[in-house]
Amino acid sequence: MRSNWLYSQRIAPYVFVLPFVLSLAVFFLYPMVSTLLMSFQEVLPGQTHFVGWSNYKSMADDASFYAALWNSTRYTFWTLLVLIPVPLVLAVLLNSARMKWSSLFRSALFVPTLTSVVVAGIVFRLVFGSLDDSVMNQFRHLLGFQTINWMGHSATGMVVLVVLATWRFAGINIVYFLSALQTIPGELYESAEIDGANTWHKFKSITLPLLKPVAIYVITISIYGGYSMFTESFMLWNGNRSPNDIGLTMIGLLYRNGVEQNNLGLGSAIGVALLGTTMILNLIALQFFGLFKKEE
Amino acid sequence: MPERKPTLQTFLLIGLFVVLALLALFPFYCLALASLKPSKELLRYGLNIKLQPELLSLHNYSFIFSEGSAKYMGWYKNSAIVTIVYTVFCLLLSSMVGYGLAMYRFVGRNVLFVFVLLVMMIPVEMIMLPLYKQMIAFNLIDSYGGVILPFVVSPLPIFFFRQFAAGLPRDFLDAGRIDGCSEYGIFFKIFVPLMAPAFGAMAIVQSLASWNSFVWPLIVLNSGTKLTLPIGLASLVTPYGNNYDILIAGSVLAIVPIMAVFVFFQRYFVSGLTVGGVKG
Repeated sequence: MRSNWLYSQRIAPYVFVLPFVLSLAVFFLYPMVSTLLMSFQEVLPGQTHFVGWSNYKSMADDASFYAALWNSTRYTFWTLLVLIPVPLVLAVLLNSARMKWSSLFRSALFVPTLTSVVVAGIVFRLVFGSLDDSVMNQFRHLLGFQTINWMGHSATGMVVLVVLATWRFAGINIVYFLSALQTIPGELYESAEIDGANTWHKFKSITLPLLKPVAIYVITISIYGGYSMFTESFMLWNGNRSPNDIGLTMIGLLYRNGVEQNNLGLGSAIGVALLGTTMILNLIALQFFGLFKKEE
Repeated sequence: MPERKPTLQTFLLIGLFVVLALLALFPFYCLALASLKPSKELLRYGLNIKLQPELLSLHNYSFIFSEGSAKYMGWYKNSAIVTIVYTVFCLLLSSMVGYGLAMYRFVGRNVLFVFVLLVMMIPVEMIMLPLYKQMIAFNLIDSYGGVILPFVVSPLPIFFFRQFAAGLPRDFLDAGRIDGCSEYGIFFKIFVPLMAPAFGAMAIVQSLASWNSFVWPLIVLNSGTKLTLPIGLASLVTPYGNNYDILIAGSVLAIVPIMAVFVFFQRYFVSGLTVGGVKG
């Protein structure tokens, strides 16, 4: 028999979860509280003091803030619009009985997920280069258009960002939807067929409602992911500086103010605003999808 | 079920996915092609999609293995060290936590589990500033400890190990106790071997995450010799012209180990990366 209390069955579970409790406290809860506090402070070595709402005021007075918010919101909107329905439909097609070599195609579409944003950014800089011979400009010449500077304009820059996101994330979203599709029992479809349901009815009344939980998960991580996009823009625009802030994102703004200019108070205010925005958007999304009644 | 005859629909579906697969693989073709072309050519004219066989050579690769690009090999080594150390400790600690949450009923268990899910959702970028301040306070700036420590107990593997352990029979726990094993002995001697597939999946997913991680190491590390591979590569991209010779061939070498592991352990990738979306 062990006499040490550490070995008792009552204490052991707490020892097992201790690493998480410590990590949660030191690297999550404390930073959350401190970012909230810092957003109301001027943080200087040795003389940090409260300054009320002034960080939030300077954030709201800064044109870059609106540029960043606009860019991050547009990016999130387009990635949601492309990266939920398209992978969902592709997963249904891959899962259909008429499809052959599904796992081979799934793997091919999944491979881009494995590349780092840095490498992906380096490739896309070449593909969407501004020179005459750059791949996508050659493609434009084929269609009778002229060479353009892809990263020099707000709209085409956004196109490149969304194409990059689609390339990197379509595969993983397909796999999310596929793994949910494979848990749907085949008998459901068989009995629907006996009742005379066609393909569209089966999709609408069986597949879609049963994919709802995984769709909600994908939407949630896409909203957070969209608003925390930074590296893509960092790579495509040579670091954190783009002409007229056309590539600036919320995290880019936070990085610029908080890290590059070492203004932790203002950076924290931006962080709090960002966290608040994404949480509210997620609650709205959940509420919106919760309102759809299951059609059973 | 009897095999269906191939129909027109099957051919159309296959055609669609062949096109999509080619689109997905096209950037890899571009990267490989660019790595074989002279960097002057890329700087002056951009990447021409045509093969241009007269321009192709392995010169960039021989340069990257030469003395002239010793810093690149340094970054590669740094990334390998960080990835290995991070993955080993992450698996050890996260499996303990996941196992504890699955096997025991104790006060605070549900609250902790909710926090696991919450931390899993919030992107690192959103809390990076206070974490950065924390690293300054702990004197961990520009050290690998600072890169690894905040994320070594990671919610995603905790969640994965918890789901996996919850599916294992609790009888082993009781049997171990009757045999006089301590609670920790039961974990290490009985359950760790049983959780081998979960360790496999998480080893792959977490080492991939660490190998590719960018934002946090960018903030923590600042001396040139300590950079990890993604930050090192990113530092070669400047507004004044890129060091294409190291950059492109270096990018190819950065994804080679990932692709090699993917070919052999594909199903671990899929099970490990989709963990959050599967309800348990």
